[in-house]
Amino acid sequence: MSNRVTNLLVPIVSVVLGLIVGAIIMLVSGYSPIEGYAALWNGIFGDLYTIGETLRQITPYLLAGLAVAFAFRSGLFNIGVEGQLIVGWFAAAYVGVAVELPKIIHLPLAILAAAVAGALWGFVPGLLKAKFRVHEVIVTIMMNYIALHVTNALIKTVSEGGDRTERIFASASLRSEFLENLTEFSRLHLGLLLALIMVGVMWLILEKTTLGFELKAVGFNQNASEYAGMNVNKNIILAMVISGAFAGLAGAMEALGTFEYVSSKGGFTGIGFDGIAVALLGMNTPLGVVFGATLFGSLKYGALNMPNAAGIPIEIVEIVIAVIIFFVASGYIIRLLLLRAAGKKKEAK
Amino acid sequence: MEYVIEMLNIRKEFGNFVANDDITLQLEKGEIHALLGENGAGKSTLMNVLFGLYQPEGGEIRVRGKKVDISNPNVANDLGIGMVHQHFMLVENFSVTENIILGSEPTKMGVTNKKDAAKKVAELSEQYGLNVDPYAIIEDISVGMQQRVEILKTLYRGAEILIFDEPTASLTPQEITELIQIMKRLIAEGKSIILITHKLKEIMDVSDRVTVIRKGQGIGTVTTSETNPNDLAALMVGRQVTFKTEKGPAYPTEETLTVQDLVVEDYRGIAKVKNLNLTVRKGEIVGIAGIDGNGQSELIEAITGLRKVKSGKVLIHGKDVTGMKPRKVTESGVGHIPQDRHKHGLVLDFPIGHNIALQTYYQAPISKSGIMDYNKITEKAQQIIKDYDVRTQGPHEPARALSGGNQQKAIIGREVDRNPDLLIAALPTRGLDVGAIEFIHSRLIEQRDNGKAVLLISFELDEVMNVSDRIAVIHDGEIVDVVIPEETTEQQLGLLMAGHAEKDKKGGKHSVE
Repeated sequence: MSNRVTNLLVPIVSVVLGLIVGAIIMLVSGYSPIEGYAALWNGIFGDLYTIGETLRQITPYLLAGLAVAFAFRSGLFNIGVEGQLIVGWFAAAYVGVAVELPKIIHLPLAILAAAVAGALWGFVPGLLKAKFRVHEVIVTIMMNYIALHVTNALIKTVSEGGDRTERIFASASLRSEFLENLTEFSRLHLGLLLALIMVGVMWLILEKTTLGFELKAVGFNQNASEYAGMNVNKNIILAMVISGAFAGLAGAMEALGTFEYVSSKGGFTGIGFDGIAVALLGMNTPLGVVFGATLFGSLKYGALNMPNAAGIPIEIVEIVIAVIIFFVASGYIIRLLLLRAAGKKKEAK
Repeated sequence: MEYVIEMLNIRKEFGNFVANDDITLQLEKGEIHALLGENGAGKSTLMNVLFGLYQPEGGEIRVRGKKVDISNPNVANDLGIGMVHQHFMLVENFSVTENIILGSEPTKMGVTNKKDAAKKVAELSEQYGLNVDPYAIIEDISVGMQQRVEILKTLYRGAEILIFDEPTASLTPQEITELIQIMKRLIAEGKSIILITHKLKEIMDVSDRVTVIRKGQGIGTVTTSETNPNDLAALMVGRQVTFKTEKGPAYPTEETLTVQDLVVEDYRGIAKVKNLNLTVRKGEIVGIAGIDGNGQSELIEAITGLRKVKSGKVLIHGKDVTGMKPRKVTESGVGHIPQDRHKHGLVLDFPIGHNIALQTYYQAPISKSGIMDYNKITEKAQQIIKDYDVRTQGPHEPARALSGGNQQKAIIGREVDRNPDLLIAALPTRGLDVGAIEFIHSRLIEQRDNGKAVLLISFELDEVMNVSDRIAVIHDGEIVDVVIPEETTEQQLGLLMAGHAEKDKKGGKHSVE
């Protein structure tokens, strides 16, 4: 079997296997897998509205996945994408409500605010890692909690005791009449375009710039990078700042597109953490992240339809979705099985 | 004659690359059979086939006359084949016994029975004269001792046939002597040994027969007592090899590197380099001779900016570069072949082309206003691969996939190609075969003849004696003497390295132990 065929077969076989095991779970729980999967399908691709909503769901996953992947490529585990996203969300919403400006200034300013806030939230663990060798995993986890509660407090202050801000001015919104009309008034917004541009930006940084060469070198081998005259500490900080900026943009998607406000949260959004799985599914490459985010966003959004349309309890739905993702992530095992099967065939000849 | 192992006409391919082409190796019972070949000739591949890590595309393997299919290392184990790896596979913070039983822990009522295992380890150690303490922790024992743990591991699993993969690469001369005795003891106890090496001296010392492979092809098998190192070297590289490096007299001129009263501390604050003074002039090779751990690494790292200087000065062309960042030092005209090619010399997960550009990637023509031109990297890499005979499938092959000698040639190409005024070569030939060593030595001498300064650090006396124009002997962080190789014997040098400075010369400054 040629490499190409294997590369193509692995994801297909993985998804099929995941669907089969998911079906078994639904069967033994007493629900119809056919109805369940029909509901899932309709929840993702049912009509133009659901397609629009699915794409909207994919958007923040794209950016969160990029954030995690970018840090991984530089040898860092940014588990703080969640917190960086939350501060980005707040910053964008704040700029959106605090001032009213012409759209051409206001929207970029709000987006920029989110990126800067996320970058700042990434800068702190980057600095601590570079200067004092404090492990970024510890710092970023703690920064998540700080982000959650600080933004909650700020929301309270900004809204004078309420638990959500005003709606942002239209001049800061990512929503687009064109996209809404196209998708039967889903909340699909221009952020998807921005996220896809960022996929290109990450690719450009890593594959075309001198900075990318250094970041990857530092990610693989800090000693050799130092020997080659690279400033290892600067690269660590920069990697965290850029990663944080991507995460902040993911927050802007929620602030300026999906919700158009920010409300205080009882817990994490989960998008930042799912970003880790998205990045790993995509092998930390920009294009891979597109694949991972599409899978994650579609399943997450489509699954919402399963309790309503097929009467399957949300708990079972979550298990089924987790199983499918699990099988896709186990691509390596599938690859091994395929190769072995191919080997047997060869021997039989 | 009874063969315990026969590998007949083995062929192994990786894609279009043929790593083993029609190689035959027959191991007699009770012999030490050397497998000789250059770096990258296919020795390890052949042994991995025998050990079940690779499946051959052609040929057959017989063990004790019976055709076998070694589909994985467990099968090899069951057939009594054990491998002593070059890079030890040991858990650092486990005891000797724990490492030996790892993977097949004996249990008594569900609990690991370490006591009986330790007893068995002690018995085996006794039987083969290995002198290993079953309860010692791996990280506390010497490299030579760790290797014996690897040997014990195979014996514990009932190995009758032991494969030693470059066993002397990381051992001291003393440990090598002991290892040779151990191997002879193993043979006396009825084991058979395959010794993978490219060191001719070892082969002449211990082996009964030698199978030579070159560029993946089996050249043939000869009886050790009927051959000599020159013939073996010729068989291995396919041409006559000169062991004594040819070089004319040196014509040194002004000072390129000046080290003044240098003090360097390790991370615990203990001085490793103590008021060291050294000069290297244009057009000469200065060799630093010394036993490992006497401050050589710290000295180089301080010169190249990788380590902080406590006090003293480093001058290049009279310009003070003390405490400068590595890049500033590099740009002052310094090339550095680092001691540890995997730690400092290469980004192993990068393609070899990227590695060749590791010192120039940020300059034109490769980088212009922050944008990389990877075509320029490929061009440069192709040139260096050709000029320095780096055997690789091309600039895009990961550095990790190259053999040690070819990795080293790529590093040397990278550093020498920049034409630095001062070339620092730290253990440049470590683990390399005679052909590669000859090549690297001639490159160092060529640099000297082009009016460059070369600083060579080596633990091998032969190398220091053959290549250097002056030898600075380092002991305990100090240069105890500077000698001319033609006027010095290896014995004198050995004494100096051990700290026995000649009293009349140095006024008894260095105490005799």
